[in-house]
Amino acid sequence: MRILLIEDDGDAAAFLMKALREAGHVPDHAGDGESGAAMAANGGYDVLVVDRMLPKRDGLLIIDDLRKSGDQTPALILSALGQVDDRVAGLRAGGDDYLPKPYAFSELLARVEVLARRKIPQAAETSYRVGDLDLDRLGHTVQRAGQTITLQPREFRLLECLMQHAGQVVTRTMLLEKVWDYHFDPQTNVIDVHISRLRAKIDKGFEAPLLHTVRGAGYMIRDGTG
Amino acid sequence: MTALGKIVRTTAFKLSAIYIAVFSIFSVFFVLYISYTANVVLNSQVRDTIRTELLGLADQYRAGGLVAVVEAIDQRAYQPGASLYLVTDVSGRIIAGNVSRVSVELLGQSGVDPVTIPYERFAGDRGDRTAMVQVVRLAGGYRILVGRDIGEREQFRTIIGSALAWALALMIGLALLSWFFVSRRVLKRIDSISATGRRIMTGDLSGRLEVTGTGDEFDRLAESLNAMLVRIEDLLNGLKDVSNNIAHDLKTPLTRLRNRVETALAGDGEPESYREALEATIEESDRLIRTFDALLMIARIEAGSPGGEDTEIDAAAIVRDVVELYEPVAEEAGMAIDLRAGEPVCIRAGRELISQAVANLIDNAIKHAGRTDRAEGGRLAISVAAEQDELVLTVADDGPGIPEADRTRVLQRFVRLEKSRSQPGSGLGLSLVAALVRLMQGSIVLGDGEPGLVVTVRLPMK
Repeated sequence: MRILLIEDDGDAAAFLMKALREAGHVPDHAGDGESGAAMAANGGYDVLVVDRMLPKRDGLLIIDDLRKSGDQTPALILSALGQVDDRVAGLRAGGDDYLPKPYAFSELLARVEVLARRKIPQAAETSYRVGDLDLDRLGHTVQRAGQTITLQPREFRLLECLMQHAGQVVTRTMLLEKVWDYHFDPQTNVIDVHISRLRAKIDKGFEAPLLHTVRGAGYMIRDGTG
Repeated sequence: MTALGKIVRTTAFKLSAIYIAVFSIFSVFFVLYISYTANVVLNSQVRDTIRTELLGLADQYRAGGLVAVVEAIDQRAYQPGASLYLVTDVSGRIIAGNVSRVSVELLGQSGVDPVTIPYERFAGDRGDRTAMVQVVRLAGGYRILVGRDIGEREQFRTIIGSALAWALALMIGLALLSWFFVSRRVLKRIDSISATGRRIMTGDLSGRLEVTGTGDEFDRLAESLNAMLVRIEDLLNGLKDVSNNIAHDLKTPLTRLRNRVETALAGDGEPESYREALEATIEESDRLIRTFDALLMIARIEAGSPGGEDTEIDAAAIVRDVVELYEPVAEEAGMAIDLRAGEPVCIRAGRELISQAVANLIDNAIKHAGRTDRAEGGRLAISVAAEQDELVLTVADDGPGIPEADRTRVLQRFVRLEKSRSQPGSGLGLSLVAALVRLMQGSIVLGDGEPGLVVTVRLPMK
């Protein structure tokens, strides 16, 4: 997918460009706020990755201007300021996600891919299906190969979140944010334990595992055969 | 700066100068007013006396002729404190009286009102005497003059003037004296405050201002400043500890990181061992980033701007959510969580911050009390309730607990009780909770659960 990276730090930008290319994307780079805003306004990008503090024009201003002109291209804000206030300000300006520096590239990639996918409206989806696993969002039921699986409410939301992004990496931080709405570091591998419980319920006793651990990045649910 | 200049510049001196000026102006005005009024009164008295005597003499002239008048005048003229009397004939020749000479023109006019004139009491008198006199013409061309010397009044004026001068001098003297003592005391105390301040600035943070116990303004000032100094000392000591601990806690993982990379470089060059070294490097740097994040968070909380908006939240629900997040971890560590959070407890706070504090407390308990190798499972009791106008949150485990002597210390940054620092964790969890509790003007107490640690957090619900 086409990604516009607006980042003034040359080293960081070079690294990100290379890594995004290696991940199979087509990234463009703008080194300051003005050229970045011009490139973003031309359109054609699936995701914008915008550093918050840029020379010539503030990152939040670029996104705000785009939104005012009706451009809804998903935007991920990068910032060295990790405070709750800054995240709120970023999201208020029209950003779709917020990633404090320093970040792991796997985290950034996972979030960019999730954002790009979100462009396709899917709010109307009432059920998800991955392989032989079915999740009914309205009935709050989960079945695998026709067998009903009983999940705790939080396990259901965890699975729902993973299935919503089926085929994509979802990081631990993303799960903590989306399922629990926490933005702090829980210091312990709490998510891993929740995942292993979920895994025991949906994968145990079935031949092909659906819930996969992506080393160094997070988790992904996908059809084993696909 | 000269000593005089220093004195002149003091507030005490300026105040005294203003007081002296105001009182001087007031007393000069007062004295002038009194002497003016006295003058008016005396003048009218003199006039009345003169007029009465003149009428009396005129009566006697009518009754007994010139002889009677001269007799009466001779009688009165030589008594002590006598008035001035003079009787002349038509040509102005003196017939009787106690005045040796007055100007001829004066005798020519016989006014209704007394006038003030210079006169001679006896021949050759050079006393510059003045008197208030009135002249009456009698039938037969005779003239009678009656007057009173008003030199006494001049004397009176002089006396008042010198009294005023004395009073002013005395007042200034007293003012200077009281200013000297008062300002010396004030200056001394201010100087002692300055001196203590300078001593503290040069690095002796244990210095405190003297409190005399009189409860005056200086005592109150000293108390406030002392309280400030205690806080500053605490903060600086904290900073010192933190710097030392940062040096240790951040250098250790950095050293490990470097060693690992070095070993990998010097190793067999197998891709697999490179990979392992790199993964371990990422893990280590992630830990470092976490430590930094926690440090920054504490710093922000301590600076009073943790971010996020305060909203009306139900603390019981928040605790339930966090417990739910940690329950699987606790179970893995062989601990059962006993949660008592039934009634909603409303408090105005940041949801994220409260969640993080509760999470840190639970995380801490699981790390220190959770053991999978225990024969019977551990217990983690968490409760949240409202007590009067306070929220009371307790987190009790049945682990090893914390020795009483260390209970305050563990709330500081980077303090970890096991010397080896082998347990995971940054040593910042409890200090973050403590910082948050301080921000919300609550209290945190670590107690003995016999066995185990009981953390009690009290937050005002407002």
